[in-house]
Amino acid sequence: MYVAVKGGEKAIANAHRLLADRRRGNRDLPAIGLDQIVEQLALGVDRVMAEGSLYDRELAALALRQARGDMIEAIFLLRAYRTTLSRFGYSRPIETGEMRIERRISATFKDLPGGQLLGPTFDYTHRLLDPSLAGDEAIPEGERISVDDASPPPRVSALLAEEGLVEEDGSVEGDHIADITREPQDYPMGRDGRLQSLARGDEGFLLALAYSTQRGFGRSHPFAGEIRIGEVEVELDVPELDFAVPLGRVRVTECQMINQFKGSAKAPPQFTRGYGLVFGQSERKAMAMALCDRSLRAGELGEETGAPAQDEEFVLSHCDNVQATGFVEHLKLPHYVDFQAELDLVRRMRAVHEAENETAEDQREAAE
Amino acid sequence: MSWDGRKEAMGLLARADMTLLDHLCQEADLPRETRVVRPPETGLVTLRGRIGGGGSPFNVGEVTVTRASVELDGHIGHAYALGRDRKKALQSAICDALCQDETRREMIEQQILKPLRKAEQEADARRAEETAATKVDFFTMVRGED
Repeated sequence: MYVAVKGGEKAIANAHRLLADRRRGNRDLPAIGLDQIVEQLALGVDRVMAEGSLYDRELAALALRQARGDMIEAIFLLRAYRTTLSRFGYSRPIETGEMRIERRISATFKDLPGGQLLGPTFDYTHRLLDPSLAGDEAIPEGERISVDDASPPPRVSALLAEEGLVEEDGSVEGDHIADITREPQDYPMGRDGRLQSLARGDEGFLLALAYSTQRGFGRSHPFAGEIRIGEVEVELDVPELDFAVPLGRVRVTECQMINQFKGSAKAPPQFTRGYGLVFGQSERKAMAMALCDRSLRAGELGEETGAPAQDEEFVLSHCDNVQATGFVEHLKLPHYVDFQAELDLVRRMRAVHEAENETAEDQREAAE
Repeated sequence: MSWDGRKEAMGLLARADMTLLDHLCQEADLPRETRVVRPPETGLVTLRGRIGGGGSPFNVGEVTVTRASVELDGHIGHAYALGRDRKKALQSAICDALCQDETRREMIEQQILKPLRKAEQEADARRAEETAATKVDFFTMVRGED
């Protein structure tokens, strides 16, 4: 039987009003501006854009503020917003080889052409809390060194490819490019669909899976071949113009993992690759994505499978934190009728159980 | 119909800082008697990357894009830019329409495009120089005797 229950409108309205009050906090303090969030909590904004799968700094900042800093709630808000917009089309693939580099490192070659460019990194900081940041001390601008050659550096993968020691950039057969926002997720999925899922996947979940492969659950012997962060141009083909329209630039993080591979009947021993590409400055996520991409290729490369990070359905159907939070948090919703049914069932089972125990005891007593 | 520099001009307009573009447009006193063919509209473009950086395309995520089209003395101007700035889209579309008029192209070049190009080059150079200052110079510790 389905019983409709109404009520609580007043409580809900007051709860939302209270939420707005708590969100604003102490009125003696100035409200945070979106521009302040964009500028000073930039990596939080980047994460919301990456997992919200929508590149728009101001909207991500608004979502963060509205969500009181709750990342997954902010990501949810951004995902909900994107469904209200119409789609103009698919961009030309961005050329990360043409990136305006802001950081570029390789753990495989010390003296690579173009050099190791650290950029604005947390690496080599001592992770000691800095009390001076509690205030608003004047911060000097970044040091500058003149640049003679502004051309983008070559990729590490291209350097290895010259000797044929590494596999080529991945290819997917056929012209169709998977789009998980338009098609149901079917397994097995092509590498294109997998990468799309991973690009919007939860950083924490992918990080844990990537870590598990390093600890022995589906070992893949990775090296960080190259990580680059910077801006790339976005172009769109439109019917009214006979050239691809430049839309502007977006900042992305790219990670090329290079992994050991002993070879198979089809392929000679060579390095294989895992790929990560994420909106914004998000190196940890890009590295985790690359490790997960590679571990999901275990079957394709004829490697032993069975570890969680190698299970496509396990990884891809659980990496979306909006889906995950929806299903976990729905448990908060009223299940009164369901629970009444369960309660009744448990009472009846208990009655039967007790009756059986009594009978068993009577029989034992009779036997003694 | 496109003139040679149209793509570069549309790129400059799309990437322009909106405060600077607004300022330049006001200084240039652009014509206001335009017919809006397509009012500013914000939508999504799905951004694509390539597997391994250069392989098959895949969808990475979406970006907000705002577009507009205007007509000015028989020339249709279009604008597309990342973000949700409607005013910028309209101003860019007017600039694009004016650029198709050979008699007015030079005015747009001097008053709008040139300052935008200069600002962008300066900002790009600054970033590149800041990044260059973080380049690692390795030195090797020589141990033992030669």
